[in-house]
Amino acid sequence: MDKNMRILVVDDFSTMRRIVKNLLRDLGFTNTVEADDGKTALPILEAGGIDFLVTDWNMPGMTGIELLQAVRANPKLVSLPVLMVTAEAKREQIIMAAQAGVNGYVIKPFTAATLKEKIEKIFERIDG
Amino acid sequence: MTNEISLTLAKELVFALEQGNEADADVLLDKIAAQKEGQLFKEVGRLTRQLHDSMAGFSLDSKITSMTENDIPDAKERLHYVISMTEQAANQTLNAVEELMPVSKKLNDQAAKLSSKWDRFLDREMPFEEFKSMSEEIALHFNESKESLLQVQNGLNDILLAQGFQDITGQVIKRVIDLVQDLELSMVELIRISGNTATATTAETKELELPGPVVPGVDDKAGDVAKNQDDVDDLLSSLGF
Repeated sequence: MDKNMRILVVDDFSTMRRIVKNLLRDLGFTNTVEADDGKTALPILEAGGIDFLVTDWNMPGMTGIELLQAVRANPKLVSLPVLMVTAEAKREQIIMAAQAGVNGYVIKPFTAATLKEKIEKIFERIDG
Repeated sequence: MTNEISLTLAKELVFALEQGNEADADVLLDKIAAQKEGQLFKEVGRLTRQLHDSMAGFSLDSKITSMTENDIPDAKERLHYVISMTEQAANQTLNAVEELMPVSKKLNDQAAKLSSKWDRFLDREMPFEEFKSMSEEIALHFNESKESLLQVQNGLNDILLAQGFQDITGQVIKRVIDLVQDLELSMVELIRISGNTATATTAETKELELPGPVVPGVDDKAGDVAKNQDDVDDLLSSLGF
């Protein structure tokens, strides 16, 4: 796992973006970018250079699941690892995210340990 | 207007009868009767409209009933959840602060003591024996600093994570605001209908697309939600994740 990888954090709540960013920094990832919904995130992703996407689900404009679908539909982004960090906890929603091609799913409120574990798991699979 | 016409018709009728013109009198009688009937139809029409409006009012009533029966108690539960989330966050933060204050104080005291000793050493006022003991103290201080600073880091992380309440409670409160708005619209509509000043239009309820944070005791009743991360992990691994 490259600690210098560029991570895009997408959440409409700025406090949550700050929390995720700080947790990532604590885990050694300092190269982060922020967006407040799918609409602002997608151009950043399309511009290239993002190695990992951490996104919320429920956001105005464009939701996280729509963003995930757009990412998977784009040949350039199809294999981008995506971690969903959301308060959405319906079983059908989790299944929907899995079917849309999410790499990890964390429900809020979460702990630093959970975030670390899921990120490690995602990159173990990719690197291994 | 109608009275004038009726009066003219009546005068014509009297005239026709006086003349012994029965055919004309019959026609005039029919005209007068028709006028009466027209008024009756108008009245029936008015009553029908009133009935229709009342019926529309009834369906609005049942919406308000369902709101008071389900949504309002739900909203109360949700707001209670907000209280407990904010309380939890405050406690988590205060615990970390209370735990870290003495740690930082102790390090500070140690550093102050050592720094005054160090000054004496630089001023060549320290006998060799004392220098030896100071060296040990410095080594001890370094070790303790490492441990304490790790503790501080963990505490700061706890404080950081505790701020997640703002996102969750924000989403929950937004839902309650939407409900209050819906209720307000329905009330306004009800007043409009009972005031009988306008035709009834059913207030549109905005269906929430995403269920959002699971409020214990409200959203987990149907058993179709993941209550914690373990539930999510189990579900995903059952899907081959």
